[in-house]
Amino acid sequence: MNILVCVKQVPDTTQIKIDPVKHTLIREGVPAILNPFDGYALEAAARVKDKDPSTKITVVTMGPPQATAVLKECVGIAADKGYLVSGRTFGGSDTLATSYILSHAIKAIEEKEGKFDAIFCGKQAIDGDTAQVGPEIAEWLGVPQVTYGLEVEATEDGFKVRKEAEDGVQIIGVKTPCLITFTKPSFDPRYPTIKRKLMANKAKFETLGDDFDPTMDASHYGLNGSPTHVKKSFTPPVKQGGMKIKEETGEESAKKLAKILVDANIV
Amino acid sequence: MEAKTKDLWVFIETNEDGSPKKVGLELLNPGRMMADKQGGKLVAVVIGDNVAESVEQAGIYGADQVIVVEGPEYKLYTTDAYVKALYYLTEKYGPTTIMIGATNNGRDMGPRFSSRVGTGLTADCTSLDIDEETGNVAWTRPAFGGNLMATIMCPDHRPQCGTVRPGVFKKPEAGENKAEVIKEDFHVAPEDIRTVLLEVIKEAAGEIVDLEGADIIVSGGRGVGGPEGFAPIKELADLLGGVVGASRAAVDSGWIAHSHQVGQTGKTVGPKVYIACGISGAIQHVAGMSSSDCIIAINKDEDASIFNIADYGIVGDLFEVVPALTAEIKKLKA
Repeated sequence: MNILVCVKQVPDTTQIKIDPVKHTLIREGVPAILNPFDGYALEAAARVKDKDPSTKITVVTMGPPQATAVLKECVGIAADKGYLVSGRTFGGSDTLATSYILSHAIKAIEEKEGKFDAIFCGKQAIDGDTAQVGPEIAEWLGVPQVTYGLEVEATEDGFKVRKEAEDGVQIIGVKTPCLITFTKPSFDPRYPTIKRKLMANKAKFETLGDDFDPTMDASHYGLNGSPTHVKKSFTPPVKQGGMKIKEETGEESAKKLAKILVDANIV
Repeated sequence: MEAKTKDLWVFIETNEDGSPKKVGLELLNPGRMMADKQGGKLVAVVIGDNVAESVEQAGIYGADQVIVVEGPEYKLYTTDAYVKALYYLTEKYGPTTIMIGATNNGRDMGPRFSSRVGTGLTADCTSLDIDEETGNVAWTRPAFGGNLMATIMCPDHRPQCGTVRPGVFKKPEAGENKAEVIKEDFHVAPEDIRTVLLEVIKEAAGEIVDLEGADIIVSGGRGVGGPEGFAPIKELADLLGGVVGASRAAVDSGWIAHSHQVGQTGKTVGPKVYIACGISGAIQHVAGMSSSDCIIAINKDEDASIFNIADYGIVGDLFEVVPALTAEIKKLKA
């Protein structure tokens, strides 16, 4: 099985704080991490490889040169090779434009690594939270998609995907080539081993720059090639806290609240 | 694609039995306001199998027109069939705006559809308006884990599309059904549907966690302390006819399944009442529940940030407060 995993370097949004005066994001000092959902996608690929050691795992990321840090991390975990897609003209791309560039990058990487049987992506990145780039890549490439994957099992000609549905779990069958996006499974992704960490430190990554594919249409990417534009951004209004109840005992507080809730017909 | 009309479409997702998902009807509410501002019709698009109930409800909740695509191949959602049908309709009628509920299926279909059209899509919106200057839809959505809100527009491509979170808007008032119904005979060949549902593993009876459809959610966080700590929470939820939610801390600790998780990496919810027990109120959690009508917080730590967004807060030990609350409500309602 030949698997490509798309990954993104993101700010750890759990550590972002708001400047209380300027009401802007404080980005300084916020660590850049591998998007957690992409880690689940990589783990899924690693589990395919556990069962079939002939599996090859390639990772690709789009971002500034320092994003190679996540490629390194992926090699430490399970990836065999990594590619960086990085160009000034790619900046400002929205999800559709990003997926356009990535779909071309995938074709370019296939020239070297062979046709991919499957493309794995995180469900969404925790900075943008759009969950759009995966399905959009699938559309550009014309392959079927399964989203909200938890685990996969390789079959003779495809995958059985355990998919998170609103009322339980579905098992979806899909043939390769396909694209699968992953959400959080019930298990944690593996940690890098010492041996793999050493490999990762030595790993070199090829960069696909601005002109990696001259057939790309410049009206389809970058700020000007993006159909959506951010008109403004602002920090959400802070809600004022309501009534605080603190009686002598928890029981008394509970009684007071119960009366309020029942009287006001809230419950 | 060119817009042929000023119409605004609301996609009504249907259940297996043909009934509508709540979010589709909710979207008819902001949809009405926006369609009026855009000067076009409010159109409900219903795709599914045996969808008479959905068609009727769309009319009752204010659609001017309902476009229906019906067939056994649409009984269960598949990306391929639904995107093909919606694309066909869009090409034929040329709406200026399409809104889709941000359910798992809506978020699967939306980007696949918008990229086929080659237009913009704004995900997971929580606020909608029409920009007065340009007439474009101003789609507002949270980013950076709820730390930042962004207002996004799609000026030069049509239709402008967005997915909207369930529970953010209330269903409009029911009224007289005046909708014109158009049935479109459009079918998708089996070989064009490239995924197959092999098995459904529903949560055990009574264990189904319909967080997004729930009116009352009682959630537990780190303060719950362990899997058995969810017992009093479940008892209160059962009494109120609600469901059990959880913070990421509780899920990551393995005390409860991920399907219960509320917040950025879980579900976004907007119930009538949200009771947060032993939840500190990290922004990632708040991002998933702040649109609840009434928020009640129970926490030992008087400085917990959850109190900043709570309508009612009790400072106290949840193991003392929650059972007492359950008992007292039971007594008062008897």
